[in-house]
Amino acid sequence: MDPRHLVEHAGWLTDTPPTDVGFVPASLRRAPMGVDALDTERLIVNMGPQHPSTHGVLRVLLELDGEEVVAAESVIGYLHRGIEKLAEHRRYNAVGTLMDRGDYVSGIHNELAFALAAEAIMEIEVPRRAQWLRVLMAELNRIASHLVWYGTFGLDTGAMGQFLYAVRDREALLDILEDVTGQRMMFNYVRPGGVVADITPTAVEKIHAFLSTIDTHLDEHDQLLGGNEIFQGRVRGVGTIDLETAIAFGLTGANLRASGLGFDVRKDRPYAAYDEMDFAVPMSSDGDCLARYLVRMGEMREAVRIVRQCIEGLPEGEFMAKVPKVLRPPVGEAYAAVESPRGELGVHLVSDGSDTPYRMRYRPPALYALQAAEAILPGTLLADAVVILGSVDVVLGEIDR
Amino acid sequence: MSPVLIATLRVLAAVGLMLLNGVVLIYMLRKVLGHLHVRLGPTELGPAGMFQTLADVVKLLTKEDPTPGMVDRVLYFLAPLIVFVPSLAAYAALPFSSSIIAADLDAGLLFTFAILSLVTLGIFAAGWASYNKWSLLGAMRSIAQQVTYEVPLLLAALPPVMIAGSMNLADIVRAQQGSVWFIVPCFPAFLFFLVAGLIEANQTPFDMSEAESELVAGFATEYASMKFGLLFLSEFSNTFVFSALMVTLFFGGWTLPFVPDALLSGVGGAVVFMIKTYLVIAVLMWVRGTLPRVRIDQLLSLGWKVLLPATLVWIVITGLAVKLGPALIGGVS
Repeated sequence: MDPRHLVEHAGWLTDTPPTDVGFVPASLRRAPMGVDALDTERLIVNMGPQHPSTHGVLRVLLELDGEEVVAAESVIGYLHRGIEKLAEHRRYNAVGTLMDRGDYVSGIHNELAFALAAEAIMEIEVPRRAQWLRVLMAELNRIASHLVWYGTFGLDTGAMGQFLYAVRDREALLDILEDVTGQRMMFNYVRPGGVVADITPTAVEKIHAFLSTIDTHLDEHDQLLGGNEIFQGRVRGVGTIDLETAIAFGLTGANLRASGLGFDVRKDRPYAAYDEMDFAVPMSSDGDCLARYLVRMGEMREAVRIVRQCIEGLPEGEFMAKVPKVLRPPVGEAYAAVESPRGELGVHLVSDGSDTPYRMRYRPPALYALQAAEAILPGTLLADAVVILGSVDVVLGEIDR
Repeated sequence: MSPVLIATLRVLAAVGLMLLNGVVLIYMLRKVLGHLHVRLGPTELGPAGMFQTLADVVKLLTKEDPTPGMVDRVLYFLAPLIVFVPSLAAYAALPFSSSIIAADLDAGLLFTFAILSLVTLGIFAAGWASYNKWSLLGAMRSIAQQVTYEVPLLLAALPPVMIAGSMNLADIVRAQQGSVWFIVPCFPAFLFFLVAGLIEANQTPFDMSEAESELVAGFATEYASMKFGLLFLSEFSNTFVFSALMVTLFFGGWTLPFVPDALLSGVGGAVVFMIKTYLVIAVLMWVRGTLPRVRIDQLLSLGWKVLLPATLVWIVITGLAVKLGPALIGGVS
């Protein structure tokens, strides 16, 4: 393979026109060639990896005609740590630490996906209390993750206040998660066979305190940002992804549900204790940024409902199945998926009978969301591009792995 | 005293006021935004974090000031001055009280607007000279923004002028003395002035040329150290000038209802004027901490399609009222 695409943009800012380059890299084929970008009517700008609104280290090359995006191309990989490869050298109990660092905003879901895959190969029966604890923690983590998204989405539209209000609520959630798991973000809480620790009485108290305020706080969020005329003017009808495009790009999660297909792994392929929970799946068919906003805000309310059910009906029993200290699954493979805040997060695990996975494939839902967003960017304004990238909720740790 | 000395003292007083305003406003912005955002703002340095701004000034002054390669060096160095000087000169015609006024100009309102419109020139120069695409985009935005807001802003300031019958800012205040503040007869004009002024002061929800979530820092992206400090200071200064104009045009300047004018002719009036101005600034900060930003095309269509026709219509109404009102009501001016 021609390796030049790895350095494809090395000379794009220089004055020397690269006219004698025989190999034209994919991104520059769409860009004006042979002229200094500043002297032409079109402008190629690098949005990121240092840009304030790219949610981490995403880099998007934008070709601008005035303020209008003509072509967009995302460049990923700045946060690549080789999680899939590293997992091949970790014992099954230790892979959770890697998974946490994938999508670092919703670690519980990542651990859960791996644990489910490992349990499927080993055919472990997970105790009922552990299943409920998994659901409880996953939903708390979902609210925390959506709050981060809500806050930063507001920042993308230029508002500042709602971010700190979101952080206020998230802080209470991280306190709860820390109480139970010992960590605020890198939990390593869900392991093959169950969970590491039982819920503590103080955590139960904190959850009750959280539940008593969160409904009014969610109303507050809806009024502060969602009810704002300027905000609605910025997101309504912007960045519409129709259902066909959404399916073609493999969108899942809130992005897909905002485009009109009610697919939710928790309902369609229930895992942990979701088949015992009573919750609705918020939907919209508009497919624009406002629809994605409303679906996610609705999901937070549903997650609160699930947390209530969990804390009221938490069954007694063990929180960890009887599993050996060193897990050696039989030869085989399994795919397990969870509904992470960003969509269907899947783990395909292949075991060769040793104490480390032979291969682990991690399906990052945000990667597909980013590709769909990139496809709808041309024709929008620069300000809209920022909002669209924010609306599909990308987490670069997950995309780059 | 010689006239030269008096003039020098007046200029120095304006510079001092501007710098002091900058220091106070930055502290105020932090505290107001902090409390709006369920946090505290600065608390460490001095009582209630009051010296935080001074520490920042020291930081800005002592910081390394790198000049990026390939910038237009002359313009790059001049631009902060082109931005700073007009916002300093704009203090000249502001009537702090009937006796405290740097230059009592007959066309004071016109002078203030004219001199403030030069700021955009500096911003454009900064964006153009920086050799940075984000700066360039910010600069182009600020030009588009200026042609949009300048006309409605002037037109929105006209109804008080028509009622007072003078462009002299002090005379406009005197016209409000003893009668109602002009916000009552000119309420729609006040709203137009507020919106157009937010655009002029480059404030949220219209902070197009900076737009940190879109353009990194817009025209100021490549500026560091005290050059950035000057750009920053002039932004605060513009906010102050705009608020002072609003107080002068719509909130009776240094006057207070039911308080005899003799009490407010000197320093007392200036204190009242400053308090009113700071109240207006607090409202602007409230807006800044709460609202998202509009999109550039939404801003332009707001300016051309809403503000411009609306201000024109309101001027016609005011004109009819000023000319026909006395005849109809019977001699009340």
